[in-house]
Amino acid sequence: MNSYAPLAPSRVKPAPTVELHAPNPVGAGLTRERPALQVQNLRVELNTSADIIDHINFTLASGEILGLVGESGSGKTTLATALLAHARRGARIAAGHIQVADVSLLELHGEPLRQARGGLIGYVAQDPAQALNPALRIGPLLLETLHAHEPQLPKAAQQQRLQQTLVDVGLPGDAQFLQRFPHQLSGGQQQRVMLALAFVLRPRLIVLDEPTTALDVSTQAHILQTLRRLCKEQGVAAVYVSHDLAVIKDLVDRVLVLYAGRIVEMASRERLFARPSHPYTLGLLAAIPDVARQHPLQAIPGHAPAPGQRPNGCAFAPRCPRRTAACEQGEPGLQTLEARQQVACLHPQLEALAPTAAPQVRATRADQAPLMAISNLNLTYDRPVLFDLALDVQAGECLAVVGESGSGKTSLARTLAGLGDNATGELRFDGQALSLLARQRPSATRHRIQYIFQNPYRALNPRQTVGQCLQAPLEHFFKLKGQACRARIEAALQRVALPVTVADKYPHQLSGGERQRVAIARALVCEPSVLICDEVTSALDVSVQAAILALLKQLQGEGMTLVFVTHDLGVVRAIADRVVVIKQGRIVEQGPVDQVLDRPVDRYTQSLLAHTPRLAAAL
Amino acid sequence: MFYARWWREPQIRRGALVTLAIVLLALFGPWLAPHAPTDMVGGVYGTPASDAPLGHDFLGHDVLSRLLNGGLSILWMSLAAAAIALIVGTVLGLLAGLSRQRLDQAITWLADVWLAFPDLILVLLIVSMLGRAPWLIVLTVAIAFTPGVIRLARGSAVAVASQEFVEAAQMMGFSRTRILLREILPNVLTPLLVHFGNMLTWGIGMLSGLSYLGYGVAPPAADWGLMINENQAGLLVQPWAVLAPALLIGVFAYGTNIFAEGIARHSAGERR
Repeated sequence: MNSYAPLAPSRVKPAPTVELHAPNPVGAGLTRERPALQVQNLRVELNTSADIIDHINFTLASGEILGLVGESGSGKTTLATALLAHARRGARIAAGHIQVADVSLLELHGEPLRQARGGLIGYVAQDPAQALNPALRIGPLLLETLHAHEPQLPKAAQQQRLQQTLVDVGLPGDAQFLQRFPHQLSGGQQQRVMLALAFVLRPRLIVLDEPTTALDVSTQAHILQTLRRLCKEQGVAAVYVSHDLAVIKDLVDRVLVLYAGRIVEMASRERLFARPSHPYTLGLLAAIPDVARQHPLQAIPGHAPAPGQRPNGCAFAPRCPRRTAACEQGEPGLQTLEARQQVACLHPQLEALAPTAAPQVRATRADQAPLMAISNLNLTYDRPVLFDLALDVQAGECLAVVGESGSGKTSLARTLAGLGDNATGELRFDGQALSLLARQRPSATRHRIQYIFQNPYRALNPRQTVGQCLQAPLEHFFKLKGQACRARIEAALQRVALPVTVADKYPHQLSGGERQRVAIARALVCEPSVLICDEVTSALDVSVQAAILALLKQLQGEGMTLVFVTHDLGVVRAIADRVVVIKQGRIVEQGPVDQVLDRPVDRYTQSLLAHTPRLAAAL
Repeated sequence: MFYARWWREPQIRRGALVTLAIVLLALFGPWLAPHAPTDMVGGVYGTPASDAPLGHDFLGHDVLSRLLNGGLSILWMSLAAAAIALIVGTVLGLLAGLSRQRLDQAITWLADVWLAFPDLILVLLIVSMLGRAPWLIVLTVAIAFTPGVIRLARGSAVAVASQEFVEAAQMMGFSRTRILLREILPNVLTPLLVHFGNMLTWGIGMLSGLSYLGYGVAPPAADWGLMINENQAGLLVQPWAVLAPALLIGVFAYGTNIFAEGIARHSAGERR
């Protein structure tokens, strides 16, 4: 239904200028010192010849791990797939030269290119659950890959290679495991299988596209350790794409920061985290919540330009606090500051980062009757999810509910909000008993508890304008019509820092951050006392996340009570007053944030904290 | 603005124009026809002449006049059949998709059994048993189409109902009817509309086929399918009496099909 060939005129066009731009700079005699990956003047453009990425130059030594960092739309995935000589539909690799080991990749076509993908360059996708064929067992899957690329390898050698790879990536190699289907494995095991698929062919380069975003922190930490060990042991160069600087901090040797399709900064890891130079890198670092310390999060104002809409001069200038008139004149090239630090900025920050201001003192609340209290909560879907859970929410506090996936934290939040279909338990709100089902709650109470969803792309009806979406609850709860309604809508939009013109737009015309603001505005027009936020920032970029967290914090300052469900302890540190740690449907620890995060008592909390990547720790 | 975006898609525009042209021809044809459809004005299988550009048929009727008169029946019957199937199927499908319990099982089971009957045989059976009144034919064609709509509506509704904006509406405590009409229906409308276009195409084919087989519109009334049947003996002498109605049926089916396909492509492209 959707493979319409005429819509993809670029699909057969080879990159025409590649041959012209491919002078082989390295002599044929060198072998030891040759970099594993060499990228020169790489340019990928859309059919409209607007560039997605351009002027990309870097090299990578064997065993070196490069972190490729940028926000959505920065071109990092385009660059990553270009390293496999692939461009998504509607785009093409227009110019440049990519050399992996001895092979000039962009000059390959057909069969040699197929052999190079996998054999020479491995790829690990973001979501292993989707990347693994659900109909193939693990053993045959690995053998098939091996057979496709090295058919001449004898059976025994294949088996031996397979077993060795499985040991390397930390998977059991027994027959029973190899008989399993992907859905019978945990997320971490699936990602290990992906690693095995990449490493079994002994490639020279591995490209990893956010391979741990779908995983829990402890699994993520283990995968990253395994990856680093493998790259170092086998001398495989790796390009690790991520939107999160904190995640790659302990993994990579070098970091490349991408903005609007250009390299804005490239530096060794130690250098980048200690003395970031480009204002964008500084902005990213200031926007990332860190579990190690509470610092005021700063969002980067504005958003990145789309391909073809780059301003003259520096693409970051419109958002940059250090911009001058010169920034709008010409595009700054990469200048070398020191041995392993390059930055594309006219006014780079040259001093080391100043220590941030001391964390604000949190007001401790006097003991009072809780605004919301739930006790004896049990929830069962096809299996028990929550067990005898009891929880108090004080008025005006921000309570974080933390746990890994499957811990039941989202189920708890949904039950509080009135979606607990199979739940039993007692809920008291503002001193009165309240049903667990929103439908059975009195309208006067129902509007006081509002819920904000994780995914802003699914939380708004695509067929309704923002205005219609905000109007419905006003008519429903307050019987407001016409002008009064419009005034409330505009007030709500202003409160979430959106222009009032947004009211006439459809959700697909808005960015992810804007949609989440609309979702918050929809909750706000109901005049809630409690906002239940379910991972509201996990689908957003870090700079947008910082802005949304600041907005929620501001709402809390205006008297709102927040229940904030998250898996990210950094976010907890940034926003919460009190934290509840949930494991397998039970509360294992709760208390004030600083106490739980600095002096955890429970072993599970301790392990969560140990595996959470942190920025501020000494390098 | 939704429809303005549709109009920019060349395929949708082409399909809509072709369909519209045939619809106008069928609607206003009777006024334009030089003769009444049952007037015998020329020789049997008379070849085209200046006063009869398409010649005459097996009884000496003017082919052009019969052509201009014969579109209305297929137009309203196919439209009515597709519309009835769409409405009944959507209601049942949404009901099944949202109840997700016994009712869902019952409706889905019914639709599956229903689908197992071959369409045309079912229609032929009913028409040969109960007669060939136009409303009966429309109803039986609609009945043949309904299970497909049920399955489509149910599938789309289940996909939409799991989205968070529906849950948000549930949490706000909106009534089920409101959630159905305001949150879910607008989001399943596009696939249903595409299906409606396809049903029109199939309906045109099926109704012409019925007429051709002698189960549709009764002679001497003019009807494109019937005309093909009546005049097939003279195909070599006076091909226009067969080719002209066949061509119109083909163009009509093509137009509705391209239109439906265009909408499907457009919405697929939007989602990508």
